[in-house]
Amino acid sequence: MISEDTIEYVAALAKLKLEEDQKEKTIEDLNRILTYIDTMNELDTDGIEPMSHAFELKNVFREDVVTNEEDTEALLANAPVKKDGCFVVPKTVET
Amino acid sequence: MEITKWSARELSDKIKAGDISVSEAVEAQLAQIEKKDAAYNCYTRVLPEEARKRAKEVQRRIDSGELENSPLAGVPIAIKDNICTKGILTTCSSRMLKDFKPPYDAAVIERLNAAGAVIIGKLNMDEFAMGSTTETSWFGPTKNPWDITRVPGGSSGGAAAAVAAGEAFLALGSDTGGSIRQPSSFCGVTGIKPTYGTVSRYGLIAYASSLDQIGPIARTAEDCAAALDVISGADKRDSTCISQESYAYSEALTQDIKGMRIGIPSGYLGEGLDREVEQGILKAADVLASLGAVVEEFDLKAVDYAIPAYYVIASAEASSNLSRYDGVKYGWRIPEYEDLQDVYLGTRSKGFGSEVKRRMMIGAFVLSSGYYDAYYNKALKVKALIKQGFDEAFRAYDCILGPAAPTTAMKLGESLSDPLKMYLGDIYTVSVNLAGLPGISVPCGLDSRGLPIGMQLIGRAFGEKDILRAAYAYERTREYMFAPCTE
Repeated sequence: MISEDTIEYVAALAKLKLEEDQKEKTIEDLNRILTYIDTMNELDTDGIEPMSHAFELKNVFREDVVTNEEDTEALLANAPVKKDGCFVVPKTVET
Repeated sequence: MEITKWSARELSDKIKAGDISVSEAVEAQLAQIEKKDAAYNCYTRVLPEEARKRAKEVQRRIDSGELENSPLAGVPIAIKDNICTKGILTTCSSRMLKDFKPPYDAAVIERLNAAGAVIIGKLNMDEFAMGSTTETSWFGPTKNPWDITRVPGGSSGGAAAAVAAGEAFLALGSDTGGSIRQPSSFCGVTGIKPTYGTVSRYGLIAYASSLDQIGPIARTAEDCAAALDVISGADKRDSTCISQESYAYSEALTQDIKGMRIGIPSGYLGEGLDREVEQGILKAADVLASLGAVVEEFDLKAVDYAIPAYYVIASAEASSNLSRYDGVKYGWRIPEYEDLQDVYLGTRSKGFGSEVKRRMMIGAFVLSSGYYDAYYNKALKVKALIKQGFDEAFRAYDCILGPAAPTTAMKLGESLSDPLKMYLGDIYTVSVNLAGLPGISVPCGLDSRGLPIGMQLIGRAFGEKDILRAAYAYERTREYMFAPCTE
């Protein structure tokens, strides 16, 4: 079950900030959903391997080479703030 | 002559025969959108200039004979707004991407352009495809053309409603847990989710990558097959594509389903299913039997646990996929901030709507240390058992028949306040995504309120041709029923 501490932790993992007045409702919603999700424990899965893909897929490898360098400008066009071919963020290192 | 009521195949044949020009088709479509969309809000953006320009190019290619073999030459088509269109807004119906113009086309868009289809606009959806009603859209809900007080379903609600309202001949949607099949059912149109790996996901904005597939929504199974002929095929930019020998779906459309074995899971009927929907499905089963199919009930194992497994797996993948929206590289950034943490937290908290945030938190929780085994790994084991259940069923049957949704379309506003109730509506669709299988929803009558009922046919892996043939044989026994609003 999700407590007030857990919700802070989960929100931090998801990089979300919960307003105080949303917390209670969020905890309630998530707990109702998780209580329902817990019904899958009724199904005996002993000895079953977890299946991440429905079909057998093999890793596909390719050479690690840049193929879209000439698109830099187009790729930067959607950046909220940019300068000299770079993304701009607030200063993150103290000098 | 009501051009917008023709099927896509009829339209393309008439264009090739010279009975109508591509420009005339585009103008007719634009006029219908202009007339209807204020009421239904199917489109996030209509593209009159681009479509008119493209119509002329396509006409030249048709006249030169280049598109002789394309089943969609000259057909206007609408695209769900989570499929990237180069230089054209692709918003996922989210504030986060409200100004996003992709620098590239999705693989399916390249294929449509090559086949001479004309993109007419982008379609409304639940935000990031998370929702079953199209009410979580940042641009407001789409209304069901059969009854504007009701939802069109979701998440491809704009796509299904546009096709139903004659605002599109054909649309592309995406389906992660039922997002093509359930709205098709609610809007009285036909929609197919192909087998995972059939259509390239390159350029489909990711929700849950192990489950997402693009597929068509149309008024006939024949149009769906024609669209699949065009959009499917291996693509080295999506390494989960599984190469097939034949992608010629239209060739499979015969009315001969004699001896086809169709199973109805007993658990799909009775409790939890609206009585009128049940009757609609059983009547459709009788029709299929009268065409020579062998229809019987059977027990499909483990599917009762598909919804919990789905919401664990899909939310886990969503929490990972959506971590890319950080207000730095592309997308919206909160206008006021102090430091980088502020940019992340503020952008994500204000840029995403509540359903998206809810799923990201569920996902973060089920993947977190201490809960990973109990939730995520358990869900992957349940998924394995669901797959086994289907494998067993397809040793005995060619198709599985059931409803696409437990009810017909709900009233607007009923689902937003109760997320769990909304999730429970996905009971007949999510297991198909977990097992990677193809599923098609086909209209099979109306309930007593005049709302469409949809039946779902599920096929074995890469068994699209089986379910398309059954759907085609069935639809040939009846007239297509247009929504009253199109009169």
